[in-house]
Amino acid sequence: MKQSLAPLRPDLAAIAGMVPAGARVLDIGCGDGALLEHLVTAKSVDGRGLELNQQNVNACVARGLSVVQGDADTDLGEYPSSIFDIAILSQTIQATRRPQYVLSQLLRIGRRTIVSLPNFGHWRVRLSLLARGRMPVTDALGYRWFETPNIHLCTIADFVALTNDAGAHIERALALRASGATHEMHPSAWGPNLFAEGAIFLLAKR
Amino acid sequence: MSDTASPRFLRPLKAPAEHVGHAITFERSLLLDSGHELAPFTTAYMTYGTLNAERSNAVLALHALSGDQFVAGMHPVTGKPGWWHLMVGPGKAIDTDRYFVICANVVGGCMGTTGPGEIDPTTGEPYGLTFPLVTIRDMVRAQAMLLDALRIEQLLCVLGGSMGGMQALQWPVSYPQRVFSAMPIAMAARHSAQNIAFHEVGRQAIMADPNWQGGNYGRSDANPSKGLAVARMAAHITYLSEAALQRKFGRNLQDRDALSFGFDADFQIESYLRHQGMTFVDRFDANSYLYMTRAMDYFDLAADYDGQLAQAFRDTPTRFCIVSFTSDWLFPTVENKRVAHALNAAGANVSFVEIESDRGHDAFLLDEPELFATVRGFLNAAAAAKGIP
Repeated sequence: MKQSLAPLRPDLAAIAGMVPAGARVLDIGCGDGALLEHLVTAKSVDGRGLELNQQNVNACVARGLSVVQGDADTDLGEYPSSIFDIAILSQTIQATRRPQYVLSQLLRIGRRTIVSLPNFGHWRVRLSLLARGRMPVTDALGYRWFETPNIHLCTIADFVALTNDAGAHIERALALRASGATHEMHPSAWGPNLFAEGAIFLLAKR
Repeated sequence: MSDTASPRFLRPLKAPAEHVGHAITFERSLLLDSGHELAPFTTAYMTYGTLNAERSNAVLALHALSGDQFVAGMHPVTGKPGWWHLMVGPGKAIDTDRYFVICANVVGGCMGTTGPGEIDPTTGEPYGLTFPLVTIRDMVRAQAMLLDALRIEQLLCVLGGSMGGMQALQWPVSYPQRVFSAMPIAMAARHSAQNIAFHEVGRQAIMADPNWQGGNYGRSDANPSKGLAVARMAAHITYLSEAALQRKFGRNLQDRDALSFGFDADFQIESYLRHQGMTFVDRFDANSYLYMTRAMDYFDLAADYDGQLAQAFRDTPTRFCIVSFTSDWLFPTVENKRVAHALNAAGANVSFVEIESDRGHDAFLLDEPELFATVRGFLNAAAAAKGIP
């Protein structure tokens, strides 16, 4: 873990900015561990990962990260409540079978929860469906309908409604632009729901 | 460590070679789970690498049923490399240029540590079956006495596979403050009915050998080598996988072009198993085999915690990494994963890695680069977290 770190993807960097130094963090769907490694190295967090893909898990552990192979849809229930300061679900909720359950589990095991997601309300998505009558394939959502792992896509407004149902308080909301730039947004404003490619939410249990 | 009797280095091991490792005899008795006490009690062990000034870079490698303290280097009895020579050594995954590696023969073993083949001081005869039953926890307790004697307060890592994996799991439960990190490989938190069944077949093979004499063969020149060989042959099958057997042997014939229409070892797999059985009896004691298998059968970590495995790990400060192999049907992934889940439920710092291999349970001893990468990564991260340069 002493090698210099590759620059983080902008959305991951924005997430990292929400994590306090030294926090106990669970990164769900941690992939190859890029964010986790950054948090462990740059922010001295006590970091753990949960990842579906075994190859990714093995690569993470070989890099010295603490990662278990597991499925957010089934395995979050085994963690004790409030065991983590921050639970992170990055670009993963749209690929879970039970997003509502997963979100409620995140809120249970983490004092704070960070969720990032692609925005299906983005104008390119809307336009593609409206003008071409075809399921959208965009830079942010690059899969065709029959091969996509994203089985539960939603708009920013949809997700905000889900957080309400789950009894979550939105402490911060960031809009993600295609350029990688992020800016604070009002969760229920119509603008980001049309113009942001994705969003990042910092949530706490109400 | 104040209650530790100063160790006396008493005697060389019985192993017929120049370099047989260290042996340390304790005046303090070893209290066993059965309620018996062993005294005096000797542990035979090997070390590799150098203990640093802070005494913080010690790694305890834990051997499996048929293993011993000779992890790396040349084994004095077999003349072959130690059981984990691919893993342990200068520049290897467990780098002896950085870490001080200790491996002790377990209590009940037969490479110098007190076991059923040793002389009972109260009778002057070999213990045989009068030797008390030992458990995985007893093995760990004996190792803790060795660490006291070596003045090592905390291990950087305990790790091992199979029976060694059981000990690696028991260690942080018995001595949470003494284990910075633990890597149980290809193990389970309890021995399954199927595994007990295989062990019973092995034990019955030994006991059916007339030379066994109720375990008292140590008083004569006889040795139940036939029974022990059969036990080893049966067990060896469980260490492999059907795919590996098929790939390696298939239905190939051994030194012949046609079937013999008899009971010679027509097939290569038969010849291979017979060889495994025969070579095993040269280095292993039949009674020890009974005791080792029994210790594994008795292992059920959750039993002390009302069946709640997670309770065993409550508030554990230890970092864990659990490793399994896809084709291991003796200690399958599901059993290893059960431990990982329990550690999660306890809020422990845990990793779980499943390695793709068709070589069955034995994969943990073999050339598996992904295992080496996992061990190296986990161990180095533990060293970094512990502040070891």
